[in-house]
Amino acid sequence: MSETLAPEQAIVVEETGAPQRGWAGQNVPRKEDKRLVQGEGLFVDDMKRHGMGYAHYVRSPYAHANIVSIDVSKAESLRGVFGTLIGEEVAALTEPFFQLATPPGAHIKDYALAVGKVRHVGEPVAIVVAATRELARDAAELVEVEYEPLPALVDARQALAEDAPLLHDEAGSNLAWSGLYEWGDVDSAFAEADRIVKITELHFNRFNSTPLECDGALVEFNRGTGQWTIYTNNQFPGFAAIMMGPAMRSGLDKLRFVTQDIGGGFGNKITSHPQLVAICLLARKLNRPIQWTEWRTDFHLTMSHGNERWFQDTEVAVKCDGTLLGFRTKALDDAGAYLRYEPLGGVIWAQVTPGCYRWKHVSLDFTQVVTNKAPCSPNRGYSRMQHLWFTERVIDIVAHELELDPVEVRKRNYVRADEMPYTTPNGCVYDSGDYARMLDVALELIGYERLAERRQDADSRGKLLGFGIGSTLDSGTNNFGQSRLINPELQFSGNNEVATVKLDIFGEIVVTLGTTPQGQGHETTAAMVVADIIGVSPDDVNVRAGHDSYWNSHAGFSGTYASQFAVTGLGAVKGASEKLAGEIRKLGSVVLGCGVDDLELAEGQVRMKGNPEAALPLMACGAIINANNAGLPEDLDVTLNARYVFRPQFEVPDVERKYGNLTLTYAAQVHVALVEVDSETGVYEVVEYAAVDDCGTRIHPQIVEGQVMGATAHALGAATHETFAYDEDGNLLTPNFYDYHVPHAMDMPPLKTGYIESPSPFTPLGTKGMGEGGGAGIHAVCAALQDALKGRGRPIVYDSFNPYHRVWELLQDPEASRVRVEVVAR
Amino acid sequence: MSTQDATASRTIIVEVNGERYEREVDARRLLIHFLRDDLDLTGSHIGCDTGNCGACSLLLDGTLVKSCMLLAVQADGSKLDTVEGLAAGGELDPLQQAFSDHHALQCGYCTPGMLMSATALLRTTPRPSEEEIRKGLQGNICRCTGYWNIIEAVKAASGQEVSVDE
Repeated sequence: MSETLAPEQAIVVEETGAPQRGWAGQNVPRKEDKRLVQGEGLFVDDMKRHGMGYAHYVRSPYAHANIVSIDVSKAESLRGVFGTLIGEEVAALTEPFFQLATPPGAHIKDYALAVGKVRHVGEPVAIVVAATRELARDAAELVEVEYEPLPALVDARQALAEDAPLLHDEAGSNLAWSGLYEWGDVDSAFAEADRIVKITELHFNRFNSTPLECDGALVEFNRGTGQWTIYTNNQFPGFAAIMMGPAMRSGLDKLRFVTQDIGGGFGNKITSHPQLVAICLLARKLNRPIQWTEWRTDFHLTMSHGNERWFQDTEVAVKCDGTLLGFRTKALDDAGAYLRYEPLGGVIWAQVTPGCYRWKHVSLDFTQVVTNKAPCSPNRGYSRMQHLWFTERVIDIVAHELELDPVEVRKRNYVRADEMPYTTPNGCVYDSGDYARMLDVALELIGYERLAERRQDADSRGKLLGFGIGSTLDSGTNNFGQSRLINPELQFSGNNEVATVKLDIFGEIVVTLGTTPQGQGHETTAAMVVADIIGVSPDDVNVRAGHDSYWNSHAGFSGTYASQFAVTGLGAVKGASEKLAGEIRKLGSVVLGCGVDDLELAEGQVRMKGNPEAALPLMACGAIINANNAGLPEDLDVTLNARYVFRPQFEVPDVERKYGNLTLTYAAQVHVALVEVDSETGVYEVVEYAAVDDCGTRIHPQIVEGQVMGATAHALGAATHETFAYDEDGNLLTPNFYDYHVPHAMDMPPLKTGYIESPSPFTPLGTKGMGEGGGAGIHAVCAALQDALKGRGRPIVYDSFNPYHRVWELLQDPEASRVRVEVVAR
Repeated sequence: MSTQDATASRTIIVEVNGERYEREVDARRLLIHFLRDDLDLTGSHIGCDTGNCGACSLLLDGTLVKSCMLLAVQADGSKLDTVEGLAAGGELDPLQQAFSDHHALQCGYCTPGMLMSATALLRTTPRPSEEEIRKGLQGNICRCTGYWNIIEAVKAASGQEVSVDE
């Protein structure tokens, strides 16, 4: 079913400076599991408050329309309805959300509810609050909205045409952001090339990770203090606070964010700030707790679609032997109707500019536009996945057209292990890794040496066998200074995360985190790191579940997103634990009358090295400082309550050259797929699959493997089934799980996993952020399909999304795809 | 639309995990909302509005159902088993233990429904083949795990050998 292969010789272990292994590296039982398997988790919709009202949204049925009038009187007169909220009130009570873009995108006005105009189907127009969910839903149907429909813009490629419908009058253009990125000497690369491979257009499809729990909040307003308590499943409270405070004309001390268990996030729960503002306004207006849980259809219509992207007029400079010199392309990104986290996607891709390869010369002209579709926001592999799909597609199209072996082309061009740390053309630093070795492990797992045999066997059954590779990077721990490449005026840079570790009165070790885990097991891995430093068992470490801004354990970038916990979160935990350990030793030296260096922490005690009899249990330490401290020296600076802010070392990137280190770590993934295509129908099946991962030192291998599996499943879904498809009027055709097919247990291929460990030289524990992956499964399936169809007219796979009917089209008319590619000999 | 008819209520009696409840309930209230909102049994979850995701799966008189596809009044007089009833005497049920051992859950949101579907499967098919496990779980969506570890866990809970994680 799923097997793990970790060839001894493939494991890279640093001889010096490697962290000492204790609990770290073991698969200890997850602390979260006991409550979750018993249905005792606390998810946002589980919470109740006396007298709370249920919120239900009224949404636009049009993709683009002026709002002529809204009449809530019938709804409000219904018995059990507590009240309503409409756009006009929101516009009076709040400021538009701060925009990250430069003009024209900067001029977009985005509020918690539509003001004057709707710009996508499902856009929130009004909210009704009532005593029950059912009543709120009924009452929402009584809200009368008169619209004046406008022509809809659904194809990003038409967005900048003179006659295109204009979404945001204030912006005066559908352009969200544009910028030219150029590094190396692209012209010389093309002058040096033996072959130039031209690709007219590639398309990365719109989908998202559809966490099983939708967005939600329960908001209480305290009239006495003017403070809102926001119980929510937002996964990046740091960002939500920055967006919400200025909009609500409120200091951040008035916004308390609380999370506990979150039912999946995958980036999709970063941009719920408009909804949170609306619910906050209602809690104040109606003077009662307000509960809002998004319905599945609401989520699909409105939340966090992944960025759809075209790559146009691509040219690749190649030597005859397959050496890649450089490329030029134009990326056109469809952001949907509003810029909630965008246009950051316009720079995030640059973290992985050359993919896994040694390309030195790159030109990418990036244009992002708005359309009458749901707003885009981060989605697992955010913006890098699109770009990595492009680089992998380029490699396989070049190999296909020049009759080169895709394995050999990769090995020739991969960044090499002895080049690490490797500086990319745009100044990013790949910290460590060995991609060629990972590919070897993957090939072994999949039985690559028997490929010819398997092709024959498939052939005898009327099937076309295809082999494909996806090699990607999961760049983690953002340098938020990269936002200045989008807008030099932005005052963000670096990154941070917070943890506190304290020893309480009866010896309880209590850990708080700024993070908002959604299944990544932070309670467990944090406890393991603490246990190794304090000399206890993870069972002795109590990690508070979730995030609460009352705990004073958060900073501006707190949250769980962008593959960073193992670096920022655990870095903070390590820092706080070491601080606490130092204080325990200091106290021990006073009580035991010895030097600090004579003491060690082990077995739940601080004790003298070589004399275990001279020991002070942690319980005694906690009791002395917290409740029995008379007579302690005045200058003993010990509170046994350690707070540590982890701050990775970053410089602000060079805005002029668009150059600098954008992320701290680069986990790598090499996935290999074998597919069998039915030559008559185009129906295909993944028959073998191997995923090899390298995320540096693994604290909890089982959790790491679980993330690899999850990312693989998302990629396989996106490759074959998952799509947010719109009709020409801007109606979403896949607004629920009935029409939007996510993989089921029957859909999953046999999986083999493998790993190597290349510890990061830049992080406290040698770890690298991981979890998102780089969409490797999408790339591997695309490559495998192209390989399978090679003997059937050599069609080119040009879309990231290949449902069976598209494969059938490639079989029927390969030429239609081949016109996209041209090879120019020089 | 006639709101008045839709809110007409009646009294129902159900037994959930061995406990008897008598409640007045709106005629149009879904069984899952009755359990979660009225009885505060929040272990069963809601992940969709079309009956596809299975997070609300439970046993109604021994039969696996999706409780978002039934009205509460349809359960009148029934015995319901939900995730809250699986563990007994402070001990996890073998399926619950196997889910934890094999890392068959991440966020835990689909887990209650998965456990109930797996419970129903093992009652009728104590030693299911891998194909039978996949079929038995195909009504439940998980977005975190890719299902591989869930299948291993069900296999392990049925007493069958599984490949051992490192």
